[in-house]
Amino acid sequence: MSETVAQTRPEEVQPPKRRDRRRSLYSRRVSRAMSPLLWIGPAIALIGVVVLWPVFVMFKTSFQRFTANGFYLGPAGWRNFKDLFNEPDLPSILIRTVVWVVVVVSVTMVISLGLAELFNQRFPGRRVARWALIAPWAASVLMTAFIFRWALDPQYGVVNVFLHDIGVLDSFGSNQADWLGRPDAAFVWMMIVAIFVSLPFSTYALLAGLQTIPHELYEAARVDGATTWRMYRTITLPLLRPAFLVALLINVINVFNSFPIIWGMTRGGPGYETATTTVFMFQLKQAFIGESAAMSVINFGLVILVVLLFLKVTRWKDQVT
Amino acid sequence: MTTAVATPTSAETAATRPRKRVRRPLTLRRLILSLAAYIIAIIFLLPYVEMVITALRPPAELQERGYLPKHWDWSNFKSIWDTGFGTNLKVSLEIAGGATLLVLIVALPAAYYTARRKFRLRLLFLVLVLATQMFQPAAMLVGIQRQFTSYGLSPTWSLILVNAGFNLAFAVWILNAYFSSIPSELEEAAMVDGTSRVGALSRITLPLALPGIVTALIFTFIAAWNEFIVALTLSGNPANAPLTVAINNYVGQYSVDWGHLFAGSVIATIPVIILFAVIEGKVVGGLTAGSIK
Repeated sequence: MSETVAQTRPEEVQPPKRRDRRRSLYSRRVSRAMSPLLWIGPAIALIGVVVLWPVFVMFKTSFQRFTANGFYLGPAGWRNFKDLFNEPDLPSILIRTVVWVVVVVSVTMVISLGLAELFNQRFPGRRVARWALIAPWAASVLMTAFIFRWALDPQYGVVNVFLHDIGVLDSFGSNQADWLGRPDAAFVWMMIVAIFVSLPFSTYALLAGLQTIPHELYEAARVDGATTWRMYRTITLPLLRPAFLVALLINVINVFNSFPIIWGMTRGGPGYETATTTVFMFQLKQAFIGESAAMSVINFGLVILVVLLFLKVTRWKDQVT
Repeated sequence: MTTAVATPTSAETAATRPRKRVRRPLTLRRLILSLAAYIIAIIFLLPYVEMVITALRPPAELQERGYLPKHWDWSNFKSIWDTGFGTNLKVSLEIAGGATLLVLIVALPAAYYTARRKFRLRLLFLVLVLATQMFQPAAMLVGIQRQFTSYGLSPTWSLILVNAGFNLAFAVWILNAYFSSIPSELEEAAMVDGTSRVGALSRITLPLALPGIVTALIFTFIAAWNEFIVALTLSGNPANAPLTVAINNYVGQYSVDWGHLFAGSVIATIPVIILFAVIEGKVVGGLTAGSIK
C-alpha cells in the first residue's frame, strides 16, 4: 500500500504551470460532479420518465377535456373535479374504500401476528408448511380472484356445493347462492380474498421481525417468572413494532391500490356498487378520461400521505446516512 | 444453554443457524401446534388445488357438482395452445425478461456507487428510491396511459419500461444493502495486488453480491410476470397481450371459459414456483431489506 502511494505522490506534488493547474482543477471538479451521474444517471432517468413524469401528465390531464375516445378538446379548468364530486356514487365509493382498506389491513395484521407466532415455533415439517403459506403470493392476484369467482358460482361453485352438503344452502342458482350478484355479499367475499392474498407477505415480514428478537430476553424473563402472555406483551410486541409498522403501511398501499381482486370478481359492478376509488378510476377511464384523471389525482394524494408516513416510520435518515 | 446458542444477528443467520438444541419430545402442545400449522397450510393451498382440479376437469363435467371430476383430462392443456396462448406466453416472457434485464443494467451501477461513495446527490437519490418504492402504477394509471400512447412505442416496449421503472427502486434498495455489507477493503486488496477496478468488481464484489442480485432480479421478473392493470391498459391487440390479460380475456360477456382460464393460470404459475424455489429463504429478507433495521 505504502509503495503505491509513494509512486503516485511525486507526480501530484510537482506543481504544474499555473494555467494548467487551474484547468485541471476545473476539469477535475467537473468530472467529480459528473461521475455520480454516470453511475446513478440511468436510474434517475428511468424513475423520472416512468414513475415521476406520469404524475405530471396525470395532473395535466385532470385539467383537460376529452371526447370519450380520448380526443383532446381543450382546457377544462376545475370542471373534471366538479364532475367527479357531483357523481352521485362518489360518497358511497369513498366510504367503501375506507372500509376496504381498514377492514382488510387490520384483519390481515391481526391474523398474521398469530400466524407468524405459530410458524415461528419449532415443529416437524415447518419448512413445508411455510412453503404452503407463500402460494397466494406467488400466484398472480388476478388468478386467485378468478378461482374464488368460480368457487362462488351460483350453480356449480365448490363453495355452494359445500354449503349445500352441510345444509346451509337450500338450492343452487338461488339468490342466496349468488354471492357475487349481491353487492354486500360480494364485497365481503372480496375482502376475504384480499385478506387471503395479503397474509403471506405480512406473516413473513413479522416472522423476519420475530427472528431478530434475541432469545436471551425470553430466558431472562422466564427466570424472573414471567408468564407466556406477559412475555409476549412486554417483549415480543414492543420489539416487533418496526416490522409491524412497515408491514402495515406496505399493506395499506397495496390494498388501497388493489385492482385485480375487484375487477376479477365483479368488475366493480353491478354499476359502481362494489367499486373502490381505484376501480372507479378505471371504470371512468373508459369514457371520461379527464374525470378519471381527477380521481387519480385524489388517489395519488392519499398514496403520498402514506408514503410520508412510511418515510417517518422507517426513519429514513437513519437508513440513508 | 445460553452459551451454546450464539445470538442471531439477523433474520438470515437465524434461518440458517445450525440447530444445537436437543430435539424435544413430542408433547401435546407441540402436537396441537403442528396440527394447527398443517391445517392452515392446507387452507392456503386449497384454492390452488381447486384451480388445478378445474383445469383437469373434462369440459363436459364442468357442470357437475362433484368435488372431484369422474375422469381426469388433459384436453384443456392441449387445446389452450389453439387459442393463441403460446404467443401470450412469449409476450410475457419478453416483457418480464426485458424489464429484468433493464433493471439489472440500471440498478447495478446505481446501487454499487451509492454503497461505495459519498456524494452530494446521494441523500436525494436514496430518498427518491425509498419513496418511489411505495408508488404503484394503479395510482397514476391515467398519466401512464396518456404518456405512453403518445410515445407511439409498441405495447411490449412500453410494458418493459413501466415494469422496469416501477421495480427499479426495490432492486436498487436491496442491492445497495448487499453492496454495503461487502467491505470495500476486499476490493482495495485485490487492486493492490494489481487488478484493475473493473477486475476487482467482476471478480470480488459481484460474485459476493450474487445472492442479492439474483433475488432482486427474480422479484422484478415475478412482479412483471404477474402485473395486470398496466398490461390491461396498454396492450392493444389481445393476440399480443401478456398472460394476465390473456387469462382475463377468457372471461366473456356472458360466459367464462373456465377450463382454459385455469389451465392457462396453472401454466403461468409454474415458472413463478420455480423462481420462488431458487430464492427460498431470501423471500422476506429481500422484501423488507432496509425497511427493518
